[in-house]
Parts: sequence; structure tokens; C-alpha cells
Amino acid sequence: MLRLFDNANYDLLGARRKAYIATGLMAVVGLIALAVRGVNSSIEFTGGTLIQVRAVDSTISIGAIRSALEGHGISGSELSTFGTDRDFLIRARVEADTSGSDSEAQAAAAAVGRALTETFGDGSHTVERVEAIGPKVGGELRTRALLAILLSFGATLIYVTFRFEWRFGIATIAATAHDIVLTVCFIGLMHLEISLLVIAAILTIVGYSMNDTIVVFDRVRENLHKYKRENFVEILNRSVNETLPRTVLTGGSTIAATLSLLIFAGPVIRAFAWVMAFGLIVGTFSSIFIAAPVLLAIERRWPGEDVRGAKSIIAPAGVSQPT
Amino acid sequence: MLSSIRNRLIVIGLLVAASVWSLWPRNVTVRQLGPDGRMQDVTVKRTPLKLGLDLQGGIHLALEIDQSKGVVANPSDALDRALTVIRQRVDEFGVSEPLVQKAGTGRIIVELPGERDPARAKGIIQRSAFLEWRLTDMQNQFSEAIARIDRALRRAGVADVPGAPTTPSPLEQLLKTDSAGADTTRADSAADTAGLGTSGLLASLLFQGGLPGEYLVPEESYARVDSLLRLPDVEREIPRGLELVWGAAPRSQGTRAYRPLYAVERRALVTGDQLTDAQANLDQQSGGAIVTFQLTRAGGRIFARETARHVGDHLAIILDQKVQSQPPVIRSEIGRRGQIELGSASLREAQDLALVLRAGALPAPLVIVEERTVGASLGDDSIRKGITASIVGVAAIVLLVAAYYRFAGLLAVGALSLYALFTLGGLAAFGATLTLPGLAGFILSVGMAVDANVLVFERMREELKAKRTVRAAMDMGFQNAMPAIVDSNLTTVLTALFLFQFGTGPVKGFAITLIVGIFASFISAVFVTKTFFLIWQERRNPAKELSI
Repeated sequence: MLRLFDNANYDLLGARRKAYIATGLMAVVGLIALAVRGVNSSIEFTGGTLIQVRAVDSTISIGAIRSALEGHGISGSELSTFGTDRDFLIRARVEADTSGSDSEAQAAAAAVGRALTETFGDGSHTVERVEAIGPKVGGELRTRALLAILLSFGATLIYVTFRFEWRFGIATIAATAHDIVLTVCFIGLMHLEISLLVIAAILTIVGYSMNDTIVVFDRVRENLHKYKRENFVEILNRSVNETLPRTVLTGGSTIAATLSLLIFAGPVIRAFAWVMAFGLIVGTFSSIFIAAPVLLAIERRWPGEDVRGAKSIIAPAGVSQPT
Repeated sequence: MLSSIRNRLIVIGLLVAASVWSLWPRNVTVRQLGPDGRMQDVTVKRTPLKLGLDLQGGIHLALEIDQSKGVVANPSDALDRALTVIRQRVDEFGVSEPLVQKAGTGRIIVELPGERDPARAKGIIQRSAFLEWRLTDMQNQFSEAIARIDRALRRAGVADVPGAPTTPSPLEQLLKTDSAGADTTRADSAADTAGLGTSGLLASLLFQGGLPGEYLVPEESYARVDSLLRLPDVEREIPRGLELVWGAAPRSQGTRAYRPLYAVERRALVTGDQLTDAQANLDQQSGGAIVTFQLTRAGGRIFARETARHVGDHLAIILDQKVQSQPPVIRSEIGRRGQIELGSASLREAQDLALVLRAGALPAPLVIVEERTVGASLGDDSIRKGITASIVGVAAIVLLVAAYYRFAGLLAVGALSLYALFTLGGLAAFGATLTLPGLAGFILSVGMAVDANVLVFERMREELKAKRTVRAAMDMGFQNAMPAIVDSNLTTVLTALFLFQFGTGPVKGFAITLIVGIFASFISAVFVTKTFFLIWQERRNPAKELSI
């Protein structure tokens, strides 16, 4: 019979310094990448035009498209291949400082279409996708994405506080925030485009990461009642170890599903799948190595003054805690 | 014990039946562009699961009132006017399920699934509205022409006369496929109930309406009559100076819906640019709903002259070639100001008519602030890839669970297959749209479904290790894992709800699949798996060992 981490008894809390260092390194590298290269936000947030073209004619290349566009007086657009070498993305952002007319994105899309047809001829390519988003809509979408992130954070904090206790809530939020910071760093490192879908991926990771952390904390709560004589560090270690098989198996199966998305679901959803896959790995990591240590740190800073009895963390002041 | 299993099986059976029922292919009538370039009703059989624009291709537009070329006086009224106009033109788009709706306070969303020509669609939306007032056919000239038209139709070989000489024309081809395929336009049924006359095709499809020049066509033969009337042979026979214009909305009489058709004069008495305002009111004396309107000085002079000559005639209000409400009768000479009495109609209907008048009077310039177009081939590509990814992803999860938990894992996999059915059934039942991100949400929620099983099985293993009986371990496993399962599912639903609230198109699709998926996964992982365990337990009573 297959057993992973059966009777696991690792000193996971003891490894917290190493975990902090690993996390810190990743964050520093990612933030530097973000600072150097900037945030690559999609036209959904900036306003602009995106055109996906599939070449039927094999002479069409990035260079040919660029000279076609420049020949028609369209400059400053970003070109890239998309998935295969005959699918191309043409991106043009609406500059924020132009008077920002909403029809500008439309006009740009039409101009690019005309330039391509005039240069390569009808039937040489097909336009697979057009997105033209005015700067005003882009700004709104940005606001809404931020609101969604903040509100879902707030709501979950309230839920966890209600369900457990505020210190658990803070620790859950901390572990989740950690996951988001690292995921954003990952996006920076990979220079992935932040679109609405990527925001959706980040929010899903918020949900998943909280999930994972809550399962561990659920066990902590249970063990606090069960092993009244153990000190808090022992209980945390025991809880994380006991839930280790579940954490790894669930993480493994969701990551497997996401990898299938990454490999098979095509380029439209690739950035989403990358962010999901990384976020799930980080989420699994944080519920093992970050959540419990943070809870410990919080408990040391604000020891169990809670008067709700059994619900509070039992850590009598007299009990010495091994460090 | 046994009865509890039976009850559980009944619940599962009901859920399965409901899911299968909601997914069962059914007949839906859709209006689509026929081979001749006109709209026609086609009945197709298909699974009632809507595909998003990213999967079937199509165009999504967000429009606002264009303020860049001068300030529009009353933006919110302008938006309502624009909305009225676009709704009017829905038929023209040439897609089966167009969506036109107001979003927030200042925006109109138009979604055209399967639209192949975005330029044409945008043209239809941004074309400015045209309003005219025309007299209806008071002399019943058209009524007299019907017999002639039917003879012309017979000559052209269109009428259902056996043995009539035929010359193949594109339309005839169309009509042939019509009568050949049982699932296309059904016009023949109307012939059973005698129309204006028993002889002749058109006569059998038209019923005399309540006003001079008004005819009613059963809704199901609307598309057929429309294509008949556009035949050159028919157009030649329509009396000079007359034109046939459809009513804007179907009217129901008894159990059937009819589309009004009006024979109106070609000449307009007044057009929209001569109208300055229209408002809905309640009449002080009668208490009935009325629409008051005001014309320009020049318009008022013309109107006074014309109405004086046509007292007693009916005046059709035509917006974009569609007659709005029933043509009112001219009571007396009307100058610059007039009112339309709507009798027993509600104030709401009066407001709609006033809106129509204002829409024609004051053009509402629209600007497209957001466009997302997906070509059909990219959509097909996405479906294929999405399905492949789903199959591989789900297979990977299934293998992992079955390999790790053996027999118990197989029970969970059995429950998972029901989970997929529940999710798809739930999506169909709520009329949700399946998008590519939705497929991703589906795969993710399979992961969640497994998580619940993993939580339960890990608990069971712990209990078995503590030397409890299989039966006790089973109960304890489900019981102890429950708080964690509920917590984790609820937090994810919470997040998904925010995504749904703040997201647009694709993100909403993701959120709704995630939400439906989580509910389905909860049912399958907790309820269905436990039932399977109970059945297994019952079969080999008492089970001594559990392969988990």
C-alpha cells in the first residue's frame, strides 16, 4: 500500500528560518525583475488594441508584419508570435497622455487590419481575434480587479476570524499574502502579461491557499483540545505533519490538473495556467512552512489573552517554549 | 440501515436524472441567416449548454454615448433611445442568440455569438435611427392585390401546386430544402387554418387585422412570408405607392403569436428630424395613457395640412422600417403639438412609444469603448484544446487517486464521474455559459472534489491505524473531515462570488463554473462516496478490511 509521509515527524517549524530565506530570495529576485522590466499589464487594463493573426501565406513573418505596419504609418506596436510560428499577436497600447478618446482603440484595430490586407492581400491571413479597449474601460477594469482582490481578502479574513479566532485569521492572511507576493514575483520573472484572467488565477490561488492553510489550522485547533499537555510548538509540528499526506496529495493532483492546462489548453490560457501552477506550488509550500511559523510568531507577540476559553490558543505563560 | 441506503440512492438517482434532463438535447428554434441572406427560423436539436464567445467565436461590444463631438443634452435618455434602436435591429445581426442589454448607467453591451462579419454588425449598431409617420392603406388596395400576387407566385413555381412548371431559382431551392427538411421553417401548418382565402399561398398565410391595411401572420410563418414578399415577382404586383412593413413586436391572440404586417403608403407625412420632443403622460380627463409630441415649425405646417385631409385615417409610426404599436387614428387636424391616445395601454407602454419617437427625433451617437472579437476557427481550436486539457487533467487526477487509495480511490473515482455530470447539468440548468476559463475552473474544481475525498480518506486511515473497526473508521472519517471540507469549500465559493461580481465575460465564466463545480464536488465527494461506502459495507457484512 502506498503511503506518503506516514507517521511523518519532521521538525518543520525548525526549518522555518530556511523557508523564510528561500521566500525572501525569491521575492527579492522577482521584485528586482519587476522593477527593471516593469509590469506587463494587458491592454485590458491600459486600453489599447490586440489583434491575433494567423498567417496562411508562409512569407508572413514578424519582420514582414512590422514593415507592413510601418509602411502604413503605424509605429510603436509590439509584435510577437503566439503559440505557433504562424500565429502572431499585434499589440498597440493607447497612450495615456493622448486625449484618450475611446474610439482610438477601434481606429487602431481597423488601421492594422487595413495595413495587413493591403500588404499581404486578401486570404493571406485570417484575423483570429480583435480586442479593442478604450482607456476609460481599461481604467474601470483595473479598479474592479483591485476591488475584487481586496474584498475577497477582507471577506475571507472575516470568515476565518469568525470560524477560528483572529490570530488564526491573521496567520492565514499572512500565508496567503506571501503566496500572492511570490506569485507576482513569478509573473515578473516570467514577464507574463497581467490580464483579467491572470487576476482570476491569482484570486483562485487566494482561495486555494486559504483552503490549504485552513485545513492545517483546523488540525491545530483539534490538537489543542486533544493534547493539552503539549506545548504550542509541538502541537504545531504535530498538526503540520499529520496533515502532510493530504497537503501533498491534494497539491499534487491539482498541480497535475493545472499542468495539463498549461501543456494542452493552448496559448490563449497559457499565462493563466502558468500563474495557477506556480501559485499552487507556493500555496502548498506556504501551508507547510509559512502558515504555522507565522501563527507561532503571532502567538508569541500576543499570547493567548483571549477569554473565549477553549477557542483560544492554550499557551500558559509558565510553559517554556523551546526555540 | 438498508432504508437509509435506499433513500441515499433515491436522492442520487434524482440528481442524476435532473442533470441528464437538463443536458438532454432538445429542440430550440433559432433565427439565423439563411443562404439567401435573409433571416429564417430553423429548429435545431442540441444540448442546452451555451458556449461563450471565446469558444464559438463572436463579437462582444460595449457602447457609450459619444460625447466627444459635442455635449449630449440628456445622456441617460440618449442611452435609452440608443438601446431602443439597437433592440429594434436585433433581427438584422444574423446570429441566433444576440444579447442587447444595459450595463450600469452609461453603457450598452451587445453580444453576437457566431457573428462572422464584425464590420457589418458594427455598421448596424451605429447606423442612425430613422423615424417616419405614414398613412396605412385605407383603400385596402393590397388586400385586392393578394390574389394577383398568388397568381404570380404560382407562375414563378413557388406555390404548392402539383405539376406546375418550375424554373429553378435560388429561392425555390431554399423553399425546397424547407419542405424537404422537417426541421426547418414550418409554414405549411398555417395553410390548414384558412387565412384570407383558401386559394393561393400568400392568402393562406395572411389574416385580416383589425385596422385597414393591417394583416396578421402566424409567428412561425413570419420568416417565410418575409422572404416571399421580397421576391421580385411579388414586389412587382404590390400596388404602386404602397409598401409592406412589419410590426416591431409579435402580438398574441389566444394561444398563438402573430406578427402584424402593415400595408402603408410609401410617402411619409413627417420624419424624425421634424419631431422635437415626445413625452408619456396620463390624460387628465380619461386617465388613460397618452404620448404628447411636438413638431418643428415647418413640420407642424405640413402635419396640419396633411392631417386635415386625412381625418379618420390611420397613421403608422415607423422606426427603422418597423411599425411601432398599433397605428392610431387621426381624429382632427393636428398642428405642431399633438397627442396619441393609447386607450387602455399602461403608462409603461406610453413611455416606450415616447422613447421610440425621441429615438427617431434625436439621434444618439454611439461610440464603441470595448470590442472583443473571436474568430470561429480560434473558437474551435480553443474548444478542442480545452477538452483535451480537461480529459488529460481529470485522467491524471483519477490515476493518482486510484493508485494511492486503491479500492477507496476507485469509489471516489466513481463519485467523480457523477461530479462531472452534476457540474455540466448545473451549468445547463442555470443557463450559464461555458467559456475556456470555465473549462479551467471545471478542472480546478475536480481538484477540489478530490481534496474532500483525500481529507476523508486520510482521516479513515488514521482511525484504522488507531485499530478501530472499518465501520467506525468510516463514520469517524467522514465526521472528522467535515469541518475542514466545509471551511475550504466555503472560502473558495466566497472568492468565486467576488470574481463573479467584479469580473467580465471570461472571468465570470470561470467564477460560475467554479461555484457550480464546488457544490457538485461537495455532493459527490461527501454524499455519493459515503453512499458507495455504505453499499460496500452492507454487501460484505461486516467488512473486516478496507483497501485504502
